[in-house]
Amino acid sequence: MSAKLTTRQVGDVTVLDASGRITLGEGSTTFREKIKELAAAGSKKVLINMGDISYIDSSGIGELVSGYTTITNSGGALKLLNLGKRVQDLLQITKLYTVFETFDDEAAAIRSFS
Amino acid sequence: MPETESGDSLHADLWLDSTLASVDRGEAVAVEAAGKLGFDADTQQDIGIAVRESLVNAVAHGNRYSAKKKVHLRVWTAPRGLILEIEDQGKGFDPDDVPDPLEGDNLMRHSGRGLLMIRAYMDELNHTKLQPEGTRVRMVKYLPKAGS
Repeated sequence: MSAKLTTRQVGDVTVLDASGRITLGEGSTTFREKIKELAAAGSKKVLINMGDISYIDSSGIGELVSGYTTITNSGGALKLLNLGKRVQDLLQITKLYTVFETFDDEAAAIRSFS
Repeated sequence: MPETESGDSLHADLWLDSTLASVDRGEAVAVEAAGKLGFDADTQQDIGIAVRESLVNAVAHGNRYSAKKKVHLRVWTAPRGLILEIEDQGKGFDPDDVPDPLEGDNLMRHSGRGLLMIRAYMDELNHTKLQPEGTRVRMVKYLPKAGS
């Protein structure tokens, strides 16, 4: 199953619920386009819910980094929610745990933007 | 399937087109072999990602998606674990020339983490430059020792 992305608004925070696989090809392209769309729409507070991501490769990790840069460069913040063990391990391997703010609790994540 | 003197058994020998569909197929074959050997589901996924990263390197960076070039994937099951070889027909590269993705500004680069992930998930990784062209990547994942 390729990546499926849906957005919802919680106050002024845009929550992006991601599921499936973010890998080179359709999955990574879908993800990139969605982040561009959010940035173009002026979303400054973006929370990506990774709870239903089943698989991510280096291309998917690259899209997370690019998304972070895109939103941050537009004066916003991008944070991650509900990382599974595999994504957590990947953030350790790639040292990106030093970049991304991560949360297990959505309410706490939403509060952190204010 | 042919078997070598050391007990290695050839599980798959495939010539793949330089496409992303081949990456999916190669990954599935490797995961199937890993399952057959008795690796747990988590390790099967580790192996799958390592093979995916290596196949992407072969298809995209090595063969540059050329319809004229193939990727040769061989998978052996062996008493010590799973052995994989992936050969492309590209210009070849020196893995030491690949920028360290953990270093300074490289941390925020979009790409360049594939080799790092392969090294993290596999126990052995070797690159050989082929003549007149191409690169062979050989990687091994050891089976856990009984009782460990």
